[in-house]
Amino acid sequence: MAAEAVVTLEGVQALLDGLRRNGYRTLGPTLRDQAIVYDDIATIDDLPRGWTDEQDGGRYRLLRRMDDALFGYAVGPHSWKKYLHPPLLRLWRAEHDDGGVRVVAEPDPTDKLAFIGVRSCEIHALAIQDRVFLEGAYVDPHYRARREGNFIVAVNCGQAGGTCFCVSMGTGPKAQSGFDLALTEIVDTSRHAFVVEVGSEAGRRMLGEIPHRSPTPDELDAADAVVTRTEGAMGRKMQADDVHELLLRNLEHGRWDDVAQRCLTCGNCTMVCPTCFCTTVEDSSDLAGRETSRTRRWDSCFTMDFSYIHGGSVRASTSSRYRQWMTHKLSTWFDQFGTSGCVGCGRCITWCPVGIDITEEVTAIRDSEPR
Amino acid sequence: MVPRIARLRRKRRDGPQVWTLDLELEDRHASEAPRFAPGQFNMLTVFGVGEVPISVSGDPAAPDRLVHTIRSVGAVSSALTRLAPGAAIGFRGPFGTGWPMEETVARDVVIVAGGLGLAPLRPALYRLLADRLRYGRIVLLYGARSPEDILFRSELESWRRRLDIAIEVTVDHATSAWRGRVGVVPALVARADFDPLHAIALVCGPEVMMRFAVAALRDAGVADESIYLSMERNMKCAIAFCGHCQLGTVFVCREGPVFRHDRIRGLLALKEI
Ligand SMILES: Cc1cc2nc3c(=O)[nH]c(=O)nc-3n(C[C@H](O)[C@H](O)[C@H](O)COP(=O)(O)OP(=O)(O)OC[C@H]3O[C@@H](n4cnc5c(N)ncnc54)[C@H](O)[C@@H]3O)c2cc1C
Ligand code: SF4
Ligand code: SF4
Ligand code: FES
Repeated sequence: MAAEAVVTLEGVQALLDGLRRNGYRTLGPTLRDQAIVYDDIATIDDLPRGWTDEQDGGRYRLLRRMDDALFGYAVGPHSWKKYLHPPLLRLWRAEHDDGGVRVVAEPDPTDKLAFIGVRSCEIHALAIQDRVFLEGAYVDPHYRARREGNFIVAVNCGQAGGTCFCVSMGTGPKAQSGFDLALTEIVDTSRHAFVVEVGSEAGRRMLGEIPHRSPTPDELDAADAVVTRTEGAMGRKMQADDVHELLLRNLEHGRWDDVAQRCLTCGNCTMVCPTCFCTTVEDSSDLAGRETSRTRRWDSCFTMDFSYIHGGSVRASTSSRYRQWMTHKLSTWFDQFGTSGCVGCGRCITWCPVGIDITEEVTAIRDSEPR
Repeated sequence: MVPRIARLRRKRRDGPQVWTLDLELEDRHASEAPRFAPGQFNMLTVFGVGEVPISVSGDPAAPDRLVHTIRSVGAVSSALTRLAPGAAIGFRGPFGTGWPMEETVARDVVIVAGGLGLAPLRPALYRLLADRLRYGRIVLLYGARSPEDILFRSELESWRRRLDIAIEVTVDHATSAWRGRVGVVPALVARADFDPLHAIALVCGPEVMMRFAVAALRDAGVADESIYLSMERNMKCAIAFCGHCQLGTVFVCREGPVFRHDRIRGLLALKEI
């Protein structure tokens, strides 16, 4: 896909306006509670303009940038899954009267969602959840209703996060497909512009509605340089080519006990992960018993309840639960869905209160594999 | 994801805390009676309480009667067993892979059941006995906690009178009136009469019991590829969305609950997987 156009800051605003005019709910990064999170945005001033983040194991901090970049940071604690696979969702209600029961599926919202500022790793995460919810024997109608007709405005990362390792996972930092429009932000002393790639017919139509011009060779070079610079600045790396077999060979490695000494089984890593999909359900009833319902909410393999069967948990120890999580992300996901369950976004490293680092754990196992 | 409505038609006590419930779908049209394969399970909801996986324990030749045998162990299962005839139950299913019935043809069939594990094996027995001449020897080895815990007692008695099926029942704890065997069910394998080279084994029960049963079957000379197990894991969805039933590389609700032993051998040997 070739870069086709250049837009200015006003062009990005025009893009937001155009999407809203076309009936999209525009969602994107914004500043809240000292973090960059996803929320409804209407103007470019809602974006974390001029801000960046500093991330490391168990550490996240916002800092001012020297420039006015709109997208000059890495991913935060939120991911797009909160819109497509909501943390809490009523599945159905049942009405009971005189012995009769009528079950009504929860209606899904009908608004079309536009995601602004989607990173390449996040596009891969969307594709991974698509496999889980849309491409198996059963389709999740709630996910489908929210996912269909998404407009994806990707951003090629101009800065690698301190915990990112998308290069190792082959998921970034440049978005290759799965978007409608992709922006590369060029910001320096003399200019502030966005090189645009078109990824779909919907993207082409939208570009036609906003002011744009052809890129100069110099702008194209600058856009390439942005991606190359980011590629070279990954905060973390991990050897991923054989990790599927590596972990399956080492299900009884001593390292699982070692990490269990540190892990608090808080489940933060699963909540922030853009691909983790596990849920549980809760049924409830009103006092009169005339209405009952089922609600689904995100669950975590780190809880004791998760694997509970008659009288106890299958995975009672912390080491078995950490092993479940990490082997699922990096290994058994391939057996189950034909892809990795990890896109190298680094969130689980940053948001772990004790800074446990999935890349470090893999390396530790690799380096001390019993032979 | 939305349950259909079934009505509880009949309810029989099948042991302490165990009830067999016959359900009938309310919205059923003749053409869409849910055909099920022996070994499959359904998700049953008590409205306002919750939903749990329960195996079909009825005759696959009579699919309109959805028969489930349930032990009351917690919130949902006890609510299910307390329901009165006529009550509405949420129904989703059938789910999962069943017993490999095609593989049983012309072979000796060894069925090893522990406790409630006999429930998901009963549909297989119905199928085998309905077409008895297609199979070699049929052996049922069944272990219960105590004599009063023996499931489907009158049915077992009537099958016992047949000469074309060998049934051995053992209990962990005998009462003074018990004249039968005492001990664990895997111990019955060595004494059973079947040809290990041409036998296929179907095993269901608590995981520890299945480990021992598999060891006994292998000692007797049955190949790993001829041993099938029905696994149990926590389940919240039955359609590979909730993640709860993972067993290493597989989802028990999707690839299971019935697995060929050689396909999960490595996992079965691991603790806390
Ligand atoms: C494939 C399959 C087939 C089954 N077939 C039968 C059957 O034919 N008859 C029968 O009596 N039981 C069967 N069970 C076990 C039955 O599902 C549990 O006894 C039941 O879920 C317990 O729920 P509860 O709310 O009564 O107990 P609680 O102890 O209150 O359980 C809380 C929750 O934990 C989960 N849970 C607890 N125990 C189990 C378990 N053993 N398996 C799966 N999830 C569990 C459930 O989600 C349950 O809602 C089967 C389980 C599986 C996986
Ligand atoms: S496992 Fe960690 S690095 Fe991988 S996708 Fe999930 S949060 Fe990102
Ligand atoms: S690895 Fe870290 S974030 Fe994940 S459960 Fe353990 S302590 Fe929490
Ligand atoms: S029961 Fe939900 S994934 Fe298998």
